[in-house]
Amino acid sequence: MKRFTVAGKALSVIFAVLWMVGCATTTPEPDTSQADADRAAATQAAADAKRDAAMAAEKKAQKALEDAVAAAGNVVYFDFDKSTLTVVTRRTLDAHIALLKTNKDSLRLEGHTDERGTREYNMALGERRAKAVKDYMSVKGVSGYRGEAVSYGEERPVALGSGESNWSQNRRVEIK
Amino acid sequence: MKRCLVLIILLLASQARAELVIEITQGRDNPTSIAVVPFAWSGWGSAPEDVADVIQADLQRSGQFAPVAREDMLGLPTREAEVYYRDWRTTNVEYLLIGRVSGGSTMTVEYELFDVYKQERVLQGEATGPAEDLRMLAHRASDKVYQQLTGIRGAFATRILYVAVTQRVNALSTFRLMLADADGGRAETIYESNQPILSPNWAPDGKTIAYVSFETTRPAIYWHSLETGARAQLTNFKGLNGAPAFSPDGNSMAMVLSKDGNPDIYIMDLGTRELKRITRHYAIDTEPAWMPDGRSLIFTSDRGGRPQIYQVDILSGQTERLTYHGPWNARASIAADGRTMVMVQQADGQFHIAIQDLVQDRVQIVTSTTLDESPSVAPNGSMLLYATKYGERGILAAVSVDGGVKFRLPSREGDVREPAWSPYLDNP
Repeated sequence: MKRFTVAGKALSVIFAVLWMVGCATTTPEPDTSQADADRAAATQAAADAKRDAAMAAEKKAQKALEDAVAAAGNVVYFDFDKSTLTVVTRRTLDAHIALLKTNKDSLRLEGHTDERGTREYNMALGERRAKAVKDYMSVKGVSGYRGEAVSYGEERPVALGSGESNWSQNRRVEIK
Repeated sequence: MKRCLVLIILLLASQARAELVIEITQGRDNPTSIAVVPFAWSGWGSAPEDVADVIQADLQRSGQFAPVAREDMLGLPTREAEVYYRDWRTTNVEYLLIGRVSGGSTMTVEYELFDVYKQERVLQGEATGPAEDLRMLAHRASDKVYQQLTGIRGAFATRILYVAVTQRVNALSTFRLMLADADGGRAETIYESNQPILSPNWAPDGKTIAYVSFETTRPAIYWHSLETGARAQLTNFKGLNGAPAFSPDGNSMAMVLSKDGNPDIYIMDLGTRELKRITRHYAIDTEPAWMPDGRSLIFTSDRGGRPQIYQVDILSGQTERLTYHGPWNARASIAADGRTMVMVQQADGQFHIAIQDLVQDRVQIVTSTTLDESPSVAPNGSMLLYATKYGERGILAAVSVDGGVKFRLPSREGDVREPAWSPYLDNP
């Protein structure tokens, strides 16, 4: 259609002129390349600093978790003939759980008893204690697949000798 | 009731450091006086063993005999013709045992037992075997003498397993599975590890054993031939693998596995290695032992809250509780008579060995030691061995089933525990 073609050509001429005018209205500036570079560098530095700060914060947080675990220790204790978790035990495990959520480490939970009672029953009681720890951790978000519960019964005491001061040290689960 | 005073008897030293020393702490009133005269020796050099001393110690350890000291013997007969009854009657000796040892690589022990008051021989016999088993030949003589005078088959010619531990806290402990004669003699190490060994158990043929070892870093059950030294790992499940117990016919083994969620009793067919699950309960079920007829197991369970002994029929699975005396009972086993149940009972924080007659439902505590565990009954049902503490050391101790005779067996070094008394043995 002739009319369109003429209109189209006119439009494109108009647009081209406008575009050239638009470009032409950018007044040539004095050389700002140095300022641009400075600004870019500053932006980059700010980004780097932000990233470094984030990493430092993360490291600090991680160290805090590790310190908390170190402070809590790797052993939790139990009352005679029991496999229930005390409040102190749960706080210790919470510290471990917080750290474990930041990594993929696997665990070995070793359950122990004091010397009283029969050996195979104590093997079962030691396992019950290790499993109690494992179940608590699982409920709190550390998958059961990461941990193995092994019982040593009364076979590996840390305190030799009789009496409650020795026995209480042996009724434990070690987190490894 | 008067008690015999403490007598200390030290055994001749054997090579192993973990060999046992016997200390008799209680015997019967009015033990029978018997003179065991040194046996004649007609082989090369000096006699390799003092056979009369072995027999005398056996009889004394039973608590029922008071052997005459050698320095009090008025004569040293070795043949019937040399026996002068008058010599023995004057010192109120009731029985006289004399004998002769002969041979080289094969030895023969001949013995003759005389009733001093009746002035007649009441027993005559001999035992023959390899020279290295001379002590066992002496024990066979003791068995026959004991049976003649008490009517009960002797169990002196038997062996024991036990675990010897050199315990260190911040370094590796050493665990040794030991095999010795029932009097502690000829102790040898069967297996050694720096990981725990527990629950040794005899097969009924007296030639193979089973035990739990942590050598793979987890507890597993091992089968071990005493004749060849061959070992086989029978289980490798996650969780508990424990408390192996050969069946009376030797073809199966009861055990505890927690692979299905919690500790339960299983029976493994030793030929096919197939497992049959016997208990299904969320509580701890452990420490199975067989009834002599092989049709049911007794075991420890805390399904009622605290450990007690239950019996389960293997075919039907029907389970009933056996112990109603005492708040805590565990680790039960049944003597060959099928009615005498031996176990550990706890009350007021003290752990004693208790014996329950399943027919009459009577329970008796037979020990005054307070940290007792692991009772094991002799095949003749007359005595039992168990583990306990003496001072700070783990020792073995023995007590007669009626509680009247007691002795201790501490080791020369380290702690000993977990005794297992062999069945009657066919060969020395």
